[in-house]
Amino acid sequence: MRLNCPHCGPRDRREFYYYGSADYLNRPAADAALQAWDDYLHNRDNPAGVTQDLWYHEQGCTAWLKVKRNTVTHEILSVEPVAGGAA
Amino acid sequence: MRVDGKGRIDRTKPVSFSFDGRTLPAYKGDTLASALIANDVRLVGRSFKYHRPRGILTAGSEEPNAMVEIIGASNQTPNVRATVQEVFEGLAARSQNRWPNLTWDVMQVNDLAAPLLSAGFYYKTFMWPRAFWEGLYEPLIRRAAGLGSLSGKHDEGAYEKAWAHCDLLVIGAGPTGLIAALTAARAGADVILCDETAEMGGRLLSDGGEIDGKPAADWVAQTLAELSGLPNVRMMTRTTVTGAYDDGTFGALERVGLHRRPRPNLPRECFWRIVAKRSILAAGALERAIAFENNDRPGIMMASALTTYLNRYGVVPGKNVTLFANNDGARITARALMQAGVRVAAIVDSREDAPEEPGTTVHRGARVIGTKGRLGVTEITVRKGTTDFRIATDCLGLAGGWNPTVHLTCHMNGRPRWAESLAAFVPSDGAIPGMIAAGSANGSFSTQGCLAAGIVAARQSLEAMGHNTSDVDVPVADDAPYRIAPLWAVPTKKRAWLDFANDVTTKDVALSAQEGFRSVEHMKRYTTQGMAPDQGKNSNVAALAVLADVTGRAIPETGTTTFRPPFTPVSIASMGAGGRADGFAPQRFLTSDQASRDRGAPMIEAGLWYRPSYFPKPGEATWREACDREVRMVRGAVGVADVSTLGKIDLQGRDAGRFLDFIYTNTFSTLPVGRVRYGLMLREDGHVLDDGTTARLAEDHWLMTTTTAAAGLVMRHLEFVHQVFCADWDVRFISVTEQWAQFAVAGPQSRALLTSALGKAPGLPFMGVTPVTIQGVQGRLFRISFSGEEGYEIAVPTRFGEALFRDLTARAETMGGGLYGMEALNVLRIEKGFITHAEIHGRTTAFDIGMEKMVSAKKECIGKAAAARPGMVGPERDQLVGLKPLTDTPISAGAHLFAQSAVANRENDQGYVTSVCWSPTLSSSLGLAFLKNGRARHGETVRLVDHLRKIDVLCTVTDPVFHDPAGEKLRA
Repeated sequence: MRLNCPHCGPRDRREFYYYGSADYLNRPAADAALQAWDDYLHNRDNPAGVTQDLWYHEQGCTAWLKVKRNTVTHEILSVEPVAGGAA
Repeated sequence: MRVDGKGRIDRTKPVSFSFDGRTLPAYKGDTLASALIANDVRLVGRSFKYHRPRGILTAGSEEPNAMVEIIGASNQTPNVRATVQEVFEGLAARSQNRWPNLTWDVMQVNDLAAPLLSAGFYYKTFMWPRAFWEGLYEPLIRRAAGLGSLSGKHDEGAYEKAWAHCDLLVIGAGPTGLIAALTAARAGADVILCDETAEMGGRLLSDGGEIDGKPAADWVAQTLAELSGLPNVRMMTRTTVTGAYDDGTFGALERVGLHRRPRPNLPRECFWRIVAKRSILAAGALERAIAFENNDRPGIMMASALTTYLNRYGVVPGKNVTLFANNDGARITARALMQAGVRVAAIVDSREDAPEEPGTTVHRGARVIGTKGRLGVTEITVRKGTTDFRIATDCLGLAGGWNPTVHLTCHMNGRPRWAESLAAFVPSDGAIPGMIAAGSANGSFSTQGCLAAGIVAARQSLEAMGHNTSDVDVPVADDAPYRIAPLWAVPTKKRAWLDFANDVTTKDVALSAQEGFRSVEHMKRYTTQGMAPDQGKNSNVAALAVLADVTGRAIPETGTTTFRPPFTPVSIASMGAGGRADGFAPQRFLTSDQASRDRGAPMIEAGLWYRPSYFPKPGEATWREACDREVRMVRGAVGVADVSTLGKIDLQGRDAGRFLDFIYTNTFSTLPVGRVRYGLMLREDGHVLDDGTTARLAEDHWLMTTTTAAAGLVMRHLEFVHQVFCADWDVRFISVTEQWAQFAVAGPQSRALLTSALGKAPGLPFMGVTPVTIQGVQGRLFRISFSGEEGYEIAVPTRFGEALFRDLTARAETMGGGLYGMEALNVLRIEKGFITHAEIHGRTTAFDIGMEKMVSAKKECIGKAAAARPGMVGPERDQLVGLKPLTDTPISAGAHLFAQSAVANRENDQGYVTSVCWSPTLSSSLGLAFLKNGRARHGETVRLVDHLRKIDVLCTVTDPVFHDPAGEKLRA
């Protein structure tokens, strides 16, 4: 498996650290309800099909990347840096 | 025996090898199988279950019978296929699954007991009594199971792994693969051509024939010459592509040194990961057998293998050959044998309309219904209509049709498609993205068909890559039709073998269906069909056909065969090449590493780092004596320790303070320049992630330290928080762990030591930081302590680390101090109640470790919201406490805590111990533990129980800080 890092080009998956769902990008406000935090931290879909998750190019440029891929075909649909998202 | 003038072996290079202790002659270029045939060795092994005498069945990697052990100087390899192993001078092979020897094998009684050993025998027999399982059945089965034996020693052979990338990977170098590679290579594409055998050419070398009016072998030589002259072609012989994976990635096993005498540094095998933009499967087809009564005797083999042995190796396994066929393919074998002067007694052809064959008798519409010969076939019985007759023969060739080698196309869940006209499975289109199956692998069995298909496949691949194509004319070659009339099994009440390797017969498949295992997947598991090292390469389809027949279904509706990687067995040693012993993980060494080892310090692993455990002195018999001395030394004088393994992260930018406020629970932006603060960071779920100190070196310049264990984790966390939540803040950071060597100087004499080293008093308050010049080198001095004594840490660029370490050590020793290791460091911190990842193990909150006040109410930080969830604080939580045993007894980390009078079981659990030590300072065992509502229970007596180590002792619950609770020494 290879990911096309926007900074480094196609790289072997061994260079990357897998984190989890792209849901981690949508951090609730500090005063959000408990349920919002629970959803953010723990509740995940497990789709057979297109999913988005976060990978860290630990052995490369250290960019955190949002990867859109298909869990059934293993196709990588897009790879983009997370930086520049909601502050 | 050898046939003069035939074969591609080098007759000028004789070699000798041994089989079961007998030394035998062969030639360079022989496989072990061809060499055994040359020496008229027919019996080469015993079958798995019934211990039936078995001979060589095939000439390729699909061989189910001829599996041997290869005995090397440094390794013993079981289940090596004699058809793949090449002979070299001194090769030693041994037959398997027999005792005391191959011709007289005690376990052949299994064959007589066959009625008891049918499919499902284990499941039915070893069910009861239950108590017999562990003591009797399992050892019995384990002894009987498996074929070859292992030496029980480490394999000391060298192995390699390697990566390769290309435009086009061509799998198989027969007519299809060769012309496909040529077409792509002439167009300038980057091509890798892999072939499993030692010589490329595939069946063109086995079957003879002509291409463009010249011998096919000449066309092969000419094509190989052109390919090897092109810089954009890599040709890999002895390389089996074993698996197809995502993204055009393939696994391939190259036999680098298995065909020659071992040499130092010569790898035995190399496991390749090949990444190809496109691929062509030109793996050919495998001939299949026909099941009939006693079809497994030595001397019965595939018809195509006979041609291979004759034309590639110049050997024949008999003088009076018969053939049993359901298609025209056997005629190639018959003609080749007769042309070489070998008698072909008869062709038994199941087709009523089979053509005549000059030079031999064709029995049309006939079937072989039985054989004779205990250790090798001597006679076959043929039934034609209602007439049975016998034919004397010493070799029977089976031509049951061809199965395209679809295996790789199944590796990503593709299911092959049944082609009725071929009576075979062919690859489904698009089963592997980017792969085109062509030639025999795609059901095109004539040479002409293969050549044409190879060119088309290459052109399509080039076009798909946007590459220009080239001109290659389709050569003229044999284009005879296949003409098969399926015949899978000749009906019999006795045993007719399908899977030779696992001893599965047509009766077993029928029994499986009868007992309700009618799906292919169930039948496979019930009978073990296709589960041996050969994975049923030449029997799975026939077994499926027999299952279809007994269940009254057509083959496509019965199911398909599924093949999973690897295509042929891959040694774990090759996949894990380089990963043994020191190669298992990277090693990180301190600048003081050699100096520590020079002093006899045993090194222990801390993550990837190696750190000194303790520094033994003459007369010290145990680590404890050294450790106790080092602790007393730090408390009484001064100690020096290398603490460079702690993570160091350099942060800069106007928003660095703001960023630290977001990362840490406590506030950093208010920290003055020149000061250090202890900080606690949480995971977003509210549990403690790490702790450490961060210094403000300048207005916009900070240095964070992390624990050794979490250095990588914290870096990743900082990058995440920055890039995801505040990418627009003015802050940048980088790990400088490797760039600085840092040493702790601790103890009442630490200030005096530094005064002598720096040439002036450090003059630094507790939790201060200052740049220093030490012997002309720019460094940093921190006043921080992990021991509870007055302590400093001095950092210099890594290249000066060893020199500074030796200098500080020498100074300490003149002051009654010296080095201390990890053991003493641990005791010092437990005495002081400082936590490590033994305590912040991922399930503890700031509240649990008594630091809830460090979570600032005035600002937001990572983990703050989740840390306030119900259940994360309160008396129900296990809270950090100290423990002191009432009696002079050692205690253990991992022990659990109970109320004094309670039964020590799970229900009564009150907490657990995380760290223990013997404290020479307090002359007592000490522990750090988490106890339910522990902070309210200081002074209480609890029961500490370690069931594993048989420890049961009463302890007093105390504050976790045992030594200098007021911190007077620290701030002195």
